[in-house]
Amino acid sequence: MAQLEIKTDTASVPTSVDVRCAGTWTVQGIAPIEQRLAALVSTDAGQWVIDGSAISALDTAGAWLLHRTMRAVEQRGATVRISGLRPEFNTLLLLIAARAATAEPEAPVKIGLLASIGQQAWRSLLGFSGMLAFIGESAIAFLHSLVRPHRIRWRPILHNLQTAGFEALPITGLLSFLMGVVIAYQGADQLQRFGANIFIADLVGLSMLRELSPLLTAIIVAGRSGSAYAAQIGTMKINEEIDALRTIGIGPQELLVQPKILALLIALPLLTVYADVAGVLGGMLMANSMLDISYSVFLDRLEDALSLSSFLTGIIKAPVFAVIIALVGCYQGFQVSGGADSVGRQTTVSVVQSIFLVIVADALFSVIFNWLDL
Amino acid sequence: MKKSQKSSPVIDIRALHTRYGKAVVHEDVSLTVQPGEIFSLVGGSGCGKSTLLRAIIMLLQPVSGSIRVFGQEVIGLSDEKALPLRRRWGVMFERGALFSSLTVAENVAMVLHEHTSLSAALIDEVVALKIALTGLPADAGAKYPNELSGGMRKRAALARAIALDPELLFLDEPTAGLDPLSASGIDELVKSLRDVLGLTIMMVTHDLDLLWRTADRVAVLDKGQILGIGSMTELSKLDHPLVREYFYGPRGRAAREQAWKKK
Repeated sequence: MAQLEIKTDTASVPTSVDVRCAGTWTVQGIAPIEQRLAALVSTDAGQWVIDGSAISALDTAGAWLLHRTMRAVEQRGATVRISGLRPEFNTLLLLIAARAATAEPEAPVKIGLLASIGQQAWRSLLGFSGMLAFIGESAIAFLHSLVRPHRIRWRPILHNLQTAGFEALPITGLLSFLMGVVIAYQGADQLQRFGANIFIADLVGLSMLRELSPLLTAIIVAGRSGSAYAAQIGTMKINEEIDALRTIGIGPQELLVQPKILALLIALPLLTVYADVAGVLGGMLMANSMLDISYSVFLDRLEDALSLSSFLTGIIKAPVFAVIIALVGCYQGFQVSGGADSVGRQTTVSVVQSIFLVIVADALFSVIFNWLDL
Repeated sequence: MKKSQKSSPVIDIRALHTRYGKAVVHEDVSLTVQPGEIFSLVGGSGCGKSTLLRAIIMLLQPVSGSIRVFGQEVIGLSDEKALPLRRRWGVMFERGALFSSLTVAENVAMVLHEHTSLSAALIDEVVALKIALTGLPADAGAKYPNELSGGMRKRAALARAIALDPELLFLDEPTAGLDPLSASGIDELVKSLRDVLGLTIMMVTHDLDLLWRTADRVAVLDKGQILGIGSMTELSKLDHPLVREYFYGPRGRAAREQAWKKK
């Protein structure tokens, strides 16, 4: 521990101060005397003598404390003299004094409320225009591939089909099945009250096919694959792998973005059909056990209730959702800058944004279908 | 405090064996580092220099042998017991390993906030001092690591390593990837840290200039074994083909001549 021993002369207004420093003036030891030194500096004495002969250890933090105390005293117009320091400590103090000129901590720049609102708005605007530019870039890359189909990279497409499509089968099936069960369960009670048991097939079939399974599948894929796209591309960007691709002459759009869009364009509609089947199956099981509707009766009714258009209105949304998820995931990946922190942030943004946009698109579809009387 | 350790070595490694999976990295490595010494590990890529460093700072568990740091056995030491030891050393990683979500100043301050009870104002000042000590401009403190150049990042990493004024400093490739000017700045810095603060420094480096200018003793590692330990002058007289290649290859010769001229 560092110690201080302070002697002031007895006059009512002290003119000289003797400070005897002792102990270990190290980063671990100086905490107790920090406050005392700060208080001491405000004494109005003209003459200061610091005796450092009893300091047994001094490191840069201790030397800094000594240095800053001396500077503070000098700034008040007093003279200060230090004596008795060991030669090696003296060298250290001189080194600190020499470096201290450049060592003033930077005052953080304060931003006003209005300025921060402005910055935020500007950032959102930039983000929006960046997204637009990215969509344009992807579209151009897509047109290029259409002209030169041999440039399309099938291997990454197949790989993405496996990870985003095939490997999502169990979770999509399970959740959709449970969704069918829940709808049938909720509807059974109401329908029974009106003696309209058989309409359970309409309820489950229409709600699953038209709305729930496309939406559910899109949300699962956004959480599973959209986030993975953002994290993968973001990490590649930090490692300068994206720049490396450019220098090799491979467009990142071509290798990273396009296969993902194409794979999701194939995978998401297929997953949606699969989710339709699983959902209806769940509803059918529930109808059988709660309302005593046999499977054959249920299927008969389902055939009457569903037209091709109700299936198509559901399935047509899937490619749109696929494009949204892939574009948002990849775009957010490219937005990563800096470090690990940024990867996490953009991944979160990608999931939130793609789910939000999927639901907005779904609402738009509902409005359009309503106009078209579908 | 520091006087009493003069007699016993700071690092004492005996019969160390380490393995990565099935690949043997070290076979029977023994060496000691004395207080106040600048000790350097050299050798070709993949000879186990960095692995040895990682074993000493407890990031890697050796198969057998003993590593004593400040007289304490570190193999199998619990985290709780390792804490006082970890406060006494600073580590600078090869690629900086600065926390990317914090500014340079926050990176350095974090160590001080964690391990000392100094006031926030004093910590800020000490941080600014450490940043200045490593030769960074004052405005570097407010920047994030990704806004810095490679050389500045190295210096920032060094500032964090010396935040607690450690008695022992580990440097992994302190000058790799730096321009000659920055590299010679690091040379001076390493020397002055040792001379002024009395640090013991253990470094891993390929930089022959740095070795000639700063290292007191050097250990040459090859295929997990030590070929020789001694001062640069002693080693350069060693009659091992690899060592000769190392010192008398075109780059080695230039660095040696440089060092002679300086003397």
